[in-house]
Amino acid sequence: MTEPNETMPYTKPLPEISEVTRPFWDAAREHRLVIQRSRGTGKYVFYPRAISPFGPGDELEWVEVSGRATLYTYTIARRPTGPQWAGDVPYVIAIVELEEGVHMTANIVDCDPERVEIGMPLVATYQDVTPEVTLVQFRPAEL
Amino acid sequence: MSLRGKAAIAGVAEFRPSRYTEGQTTLGMLAKVAQDAVADAGLEMREVDGLIVSAFAEAPFMAPATVIEYLGMRCRFSEVMDLGGATGAGMVTRAAAAINAGLCETVVCTTASRRERSSVQAPKKSASSGFSGRRVDRTPSAEFDVPFGAIGANYGYGMIANRYRYEYGVTPEQLAKIAVAQRYNACHNPDALFFGQPITVEDVLNSPVVVDPLHLLEIVMPVAGAAAVVVTSARKARKLKHAPAYVLGAGECTTHKSITFAPSLTDSSVKAAADGAFRMSGLRRKDIDVASVYDCYTITVLITLEDAGFAKKGQGGKFVDAHNLQFDGDFPLNPHGGQLSFGQAGIAGGMSHVTEAARQVMRRAKGRQVKKCEYAFVNGNGGIMSDQVSLILGRDR
Repeated sequence: MTEPNETMPYTKPLPEISEVTRPFWDAAREHRLVIQRSRGTGKYVFYPRAISPFGPGDELEWVEVSGRATLYTYTIARRPTGPQWAGDVPYVIAIVELEEGVHMTANIVDCDPERVEIGMPLVATYQDVTPEVTLVQFRPAEL
Repeated sequence: MSLRGKAAIAGVAEFRPSRYTEGQTTLGMLAKVAQDAVADAGLEMREVDGLIVSAFAEAPFMAPATVIEYLGMRCRFSEVMDLGGATGAGMVTRAAAAINAGLCETVVCTTASRRERSSVQAPKKSASSGFSGRRVDRTPSAEFDVPFGAIGANYGYGMIANRYRYEYGVTPEQLAKIAVAQRYNACHNPDALFFGQPITVEDVLNSPVVVDPLHLLEIVMPVAGAAAVVVTSARKARKLKHAPAYVLGAGECTTHKSITFAPSLTDSSVKAAADGAFRMSGLRRKDIDVASVYDCYTITVLITLEDAGFAKKGQGGKFVDAHNLQFDGDFPLNPHGGQLSFGQAGIAGGMSHVTEAARQVMRRAKGRQVKKCEYAFVNGNGGIMSDQVSLILGRDR
């Protein structure tokens, strides 16, 4: 992914952060990964929700996780999926599986797209795209 | 309570897909194709007392009333539907349910997609998941998928195809065969976008890879168009102009919007939708004469044929090798050319699987008529393997 700099402002779509999701984005800005966990079932939940999908008696709590993951699936965009990505082809869009079991969409960075493969171990890496927003990306666990 | 045989499709209409429209409104297209479908059924608009319309940007709220007023209708039942590409099939289910409940007797279901050159080529002001046109998208997927370039549908089906290849395996040639068979069908349908342009497996494999592992010719081309059907009670359908296509089975399943959060990328909700439709109909898979299934990409067809129970799980590639999928083959698939070769006119593209299945069962498919066609299976697919709606249509109740 193209890194922002002074001569090139960040033009890609940014997340519209709500009060429900703010703890996730606040932690990302500090280069930490936090997700929600169900008190009743111990299961992890992603994306952040105002209510537990496991029922009205349940509650979600925020927990910091390691960022270790494996690649669940991916594609290499040979043509841009949006005009703002025109300078980035080829790039990898992936679904990663955190070791806590939840899935997230991210780009696989710091890796030749042709070397990406399902099942490869990954770790979270943090891309500060604006002063307010840091994206949680993933890179190979062994560089 | 079952919907089996309670309602039927009595009229169909469709605009020939085109790359662009000139000076059209979606509202005007929705109304015109609805009028055409009602006329095709041999009915007057005043005899139609229900309307279902697909969500459209020109009417961000009160879409049904907008269309009813435009057409000069008087309705006892109306609804706007938003199941993505499954909308067309879902309209038939809901129309049949409303008729069976006694809410109304005859429903026109209308879909349209306009593509004015000027608006298609204008840069989009805000980011969205790519499905909502110019409407603001504040869904979780806009927050957690879109910032990574997960926009539109191509990337999602690329990810599904790669996961399928990892779990089960399928060759590029097997996937390409699906596109080739559908192009053969389109070459027998003068209304298809790619009429007169046959392709080979080599053509598909030589076309550029857009998102791994999908080639350009495995991906639908967005076009403009419109499609509508008239659903009426079985009692009324018997007295109309054409032998109708009875709704014998309907099933539906939705579990997620974003593919990131799908329970599985290779076991889809098609299974639950198709099982529901077959259970209601009392028919078996081998009774089906034609499959009219959503085909935004070749991989969509492969997974749908497996999960609908026509092929064993993981054996889709072998199924494609073992069968001739042309309209004149042993497993007729998307005789109109599918959206891959007929064209994907937005929500109307999904409806084309309903109109085609109805035409086949009504024996009105002219140069591409499947022989002895008694029963058709329809599947509609919304978004990236999100909403799934299955229907079974038949000549007899």
